[in-house]
Amino acid sequence: MVRVLLFGRLADQAGWRERRLEAVSLGQLRALLADEDPDLAEALAGPGVQVAVDQAIVRGDPALTGPCEVAFLPPMSGG
Amino acid sequence: MITLTDQPFEPGAVLTAFCAGRAETGAVASFTGLARAEQGQAAALELEAYPGFTDAAIQAFAETARARFRLQDYRIVHRIGRIGPGEAIVFVATAAGHRREAFEACDFLMDWLKSRAPFWKKEHGPGGARWIEPTDRDRTDASRWDQE
Repeated sequence: MVRVLLFGRLADQAGWRERRLEAVSLGQLRALLADEDPDLAEALAGPGVQVAVDQAIVRGDPALTGPCEVAFLPPMSGG
Repeated sequence: MITLTDQPFEPGAVLTAFCAGRAETGAVASFTGLARAEQGQAAALELEAYPGFTDAAIQAFAETARARFRLQDYRIVHRIGRIGPGEAIVFVATAAGHRREAFEACDFLMDWLKSRAPFWKKEHGPGGARWIEPTDRDRTDASRWDQE
């Protein structure tokens, strides 16, 4: 089970901030999200959006093993 | 120590507590950032953090400041959630043996917090809400420290 978190403008666009999905890789998670909301999937892959798995920034298409947390982070604004 | 809080805080009280019991410190510098009303354009700010991730990023950066400026200690308080005009958003205090290190470390920490810390900021105004990105000035201020 993957706990998916959205922040900033991504959460506003999606209309949700957190949900749980079943996926074995980041690529599969993106595909699941694209099936129901293609505009959101495009925003999640947009420039400056970083992905953290269990709070560590990742690149590419890592496997998601066991219960984990995937966060999509739009460009950070500073405080 | 680093605190993220959704409650208003009193910067003077935090500074008093930070200064207590420091026989060997010599210098404490502090900075308090307040939310601006922008002549009515900003009714409120809303700051979002990623709990755990944001704290860890601030902690890691503060430790580089500790090493770079030979700090004895630091104290950072950052608001999250909805913040009204005039309320304190951020407080940074640094303790060092001498004033130069304390001043510079405080400046260094603030430049990073304002431009690169993992927060997402929304401004609520008369025309609705908008997400804010760092200004060019914020980026230039932060990059001053990269070349040194």
